[in-house]
Parts: sequence; structure tokens; C-alpha cells
Amino acid sequence: MTDRAFCVVRAGALTTVQDLGRAGHAHLGVPRAGALDEPAHRLANRLVGNPETAATLETTLTGCAVRVRTATVVAVTGAPCSVTVDGRPAPWGAPVAVPAGAVLDAGPATAGLRSYLAFAGGVAAEPVLGSRAADLLSGLGPAPLSDGGVLPLGDPYGPPARVDAVVRAGLPAAELVLPCVLGPRDDWFTEAGLRTLATGRFRVSSASNRIGLRMEGPPLERAKDGELPSEGMPLGALQVPPNGLPVLFLNDHPTTGGYPVVGVVPERFLAAAAQATPGTPVRIVPRPARSFGQG
Amino acid sequence: MSTGNGAARTRLPLRPLPVGDHGLLVELDDATAVEAFHAELLRRAAAGTLPAVREIVPAARTVLLDGLADPGRLAAELPGWDIPPAASDDRPAIDIPVRYDGPDLADVAALWDTTPEDVVRIHSGTEFHVAFCGFAPGFGYLTGLPERHHVPRRATPRTKVPVGSVALAGPYTGVYPRSSPGGWQLIGTSDVELWDPDREPAALFTPGTRVRFVPVTAETSTESPREAR
Repeated sequence: MTDRAFCVVRAGALTTVQDLGRAGHAHLGVPRAGALDEPAHRLANRLVGNPETAATLETTLTGCAVRVRTATVVAVTGAPCSVTVDGRPAPWGAPVAVPAGAVLDAGPATAGLRSYLAFAGGVAAEPVLGSRAADLLSGLGPAPLSDGGVLPLGDPYGPPARVDAVVRAGLPAAELVLPCVLGPRDDWFTEAGLRTLATGRFRVSSASNRIGLRMEGPPLERAKDGELPSEGMPLGALQVPPNGLPVLFLNDHPTTGGYPVVGVVPERFLAAAAQATPGTPVRIVPRPARSFGQG
Repeated sequence: MSTGNGAARTRLPLRPLPVGDHGLLVELDDATAVEAFHAELLRRAAAGTLPAVREIVPAARTVLLDGLADPGRLAAELPGWDIPPAASDDRPAIDIPVRYDGPDLADVAALWDTTPEDVVRIHSGTEFHVAFCGFAPGFGYLTGLPERHHVPRRATPRTKVPVGSVALAGPYTGVYPRSSPGGWQLIGTSDVELWDPDREPAALFTPGTRVRFVPVTAETSTESPREAR
């Protein structure tokens, strides 16, 4: 029996196992899940010599601490935070050798929300439908970490990256800018409602989670009342429930829904959304979709 | 491969709507057209003639295609597709044992202007099929009840609907794969395992699956026997 594992010393507010998710099952009601800040997840894996598909830990605001049973290499990326090994400072954004029995502590985020901890060999939680990602909407994949819990690690894939440190790319900005492509249901909103979308001063609500980034701000005026017959919801959808405030659908979003989607934020902008703390101002920049169909 | 039954191929009225830079939401006239179009997409995907796509999500009046490299190109092509009517699923219907003991059975009977016994008789005498899935892994939206038996959601949703609840809302019947909040009218309970990640496929209900509900009494049920009413 391998002793490659770690024990959770401090689970933090919400720490989950994540990888690139389980796309391709939306027709069964299964969300994609996976790391919300995907570039940070990929980078952490590369730093410790893992393929980008290996599972990492995603923390929320307060970080987490684990005791490793065997010597391993760890890297912390995403939201910047203090990193210590048995209390001694270690670099963020670089491979860190952690001796057997030592505690690796990723502290509270000093900016942003979600840090990523990659371990050489990856977190070897049981895969479900080809992914180890925790899906908090439907409860698939490993449960969020709890103090005292133990998770296995895989065998290292290869040597860690030969870097001293990485540039802190994509530090959370003072304002979250969300470009969005209008549609498919922008016709459910009045001209004034669409103007509100483009000019309204929104803020990230503290009710945000892995399912969606909720916003506070001026409600969008609807041109039509009621609900749509349920339709497929894409990742990045700006769905507008009856209160008129857009919700940006993140990785654990429901795969179908009955509220109109006014626009869709391209996936490459979702990592920034995943790092926006409650209260961050949000500016939505809509543009029309490329026209197609009907000749 | 066509089933060779000589069904007429037709041009379905369809409206592709943009979904971001890489998606299409294709609107169709009704559930039957959705089924035919979805079946055609799966045929083309199996034959390798559909462009690479990450998700194909059929729903009530639409099919979402997401993760397309060039949605405009597919959108331009769609109106020219000849699409045969959906053949009925040739897999045998799945029998779902149900104890018709739901707390809303009497309310549904009142809405149908009949007796609870008649609700059981009509519901278990109907062949349903899975129009689409969503809400939670394993949840299927089952159609088959005629329009006069469609019912509204409850005015106040329950904060907790027990796992296995057999429920009605709008044109649909559904079975809750796990306990969750919900506003559907509960008419019964089933012990069926709707979602098992170790099973292939994990979901018992997939789009197109035919389903029949079979009344069982508390005595013949394997689990959690209840007082017969």
C-alpha cells in the first residue's frame, strides 16, 4: 500500500478537488465542474511536473493547510497568498519541496479568491465520469475537504519545472470587466434594459459561489414576462432571473434553465470572474453576435 | 444509418440563435421536432459528419450545441438538412415501480377533476418517454400525459422533496434522483436508482428512453413499507 497521501490540517472556508472537469455530459444534467481559474490550475500542475489534467486543490479566500505523509513537491498559484512549510516561508508560484510529515500551509488570499495547490502526482481522488472534480451543484466527485480528512496522491509524473518563480499573471483587477456576446434571449429585454446591461454599475455579490457569480446593481427591464420553456444553459451565460440582476454561470451551473440568457461571456474571461471578491465593481461590455442563419 | 422504414425526410422549420462565440441554440416548433432534430444530430455525430462539438443539450423547444469552432457555418447549413421524423426508441420501455402515496395525489385528482384512483390508473396506463434531462444528474423530463392532465407547479415550493418522489409539473412527469427543494406535485414514491456513476450509462433516463410506471403497494415494495391508504 502506498503512503502517498496528505491529511487535511486546516480545510479552510471551502477547499475542493478540481481538474479540467467532465464536459460532454450536460445532456444528462451533469455540470462541467472543474477549476474555476483554469489557467492557474494548469500552471500549478506544470510547475510540479504534472499533466494539466491532474487534480489540484482549489481554495476559497482563507486557503488551507495539509500534512504530507511522504516527501513531495507542491506549487501554489491563483490567488496570491503566503506559503509556509512547517512555518517557514516558501515561495508562491514555484515548485516547493515538502519533506515527509511537514505541513504545507497556503494562507488567506491577499488578493483574489481562489488559490490552487498542485502536488507532484496529482490528488488521486476517485474519478466520476472521467473527472476528479467536485461538483457542488449535483454532489458528484469528492466532497469538499474537511479537517482530519485524508486524500491519496498519485505517483509523480516527472521532475518539477526548472523555474525559480513565475510572473504573477492575471492579478485580480480593481474592476471586473466582462465582455459578453448578446443573445440568445436579448430580445426578452427592453432597449432600456440592454442599456442598463452596458452602462449599469454592478458589484460582485457575496452570494456568489461555484455555480454562479451573482451581481448587485440596477435590474434589467424585461420586454416579456414569464419563463421560457427549459433550455440548455452554456458556461458563461448571463442568466437573468425575475429580480432582473444577471447571474454569470460558472462551472457548477445547472445545465438547463427557464430564465432568459441576455448574453454569454467567452470562457477566457471566466478566470478573472472566479477571482473577483464580493464588492468588486463589474462592468459588462456587450457586443452583438455575429449574424448568421436565415441566409 | 437510416432505419430504412422509408419515413419521409422533411425540412424542419428551425431558428438558430447565437450563444456566445462558440454555441448555437436551435429553436424548433415543438417537442416532436426537437426529438427529430436531436436524433439527426446524433446520427451525424456518429457518422463523423457533424463538426466537433462539446455539448449537445436537447430541451423543451430547443437544442443547444456548445463548443463549436464555427457556429455560423453550421447555422448556415442547418436549413438545408433533410430530417426524418424521430423513430421511436427501439429499446424496451423501462418499468418504474411506484407507490402512489404522494402528498399531492388528492390535489392532482382535483385538478384533473377525477379521483385519486383514476390518477393512478391514468398515470400508470400512460407510456412516457424522456424528452430531455437536466435539473440534476439522473433527472429526466418525461412527456406522455395529454394536455388536459398538465398541472401547475405548487404555489409554494417545498424546501425538501424526498428522494424517489414521482412528481408532475406542466407537461412533465419526473422522479427526483436525490432530495432537493422543488415545486412539483408529488403523487408517488419509487425506490429506483436513477443515477449510479458505476453503471454505464450512469443515468437510467437518457433522452428518448421509454418509461412506464407500475403501481406497487407498500406490501410488495422492497423498502420503507408504508401504511396503505
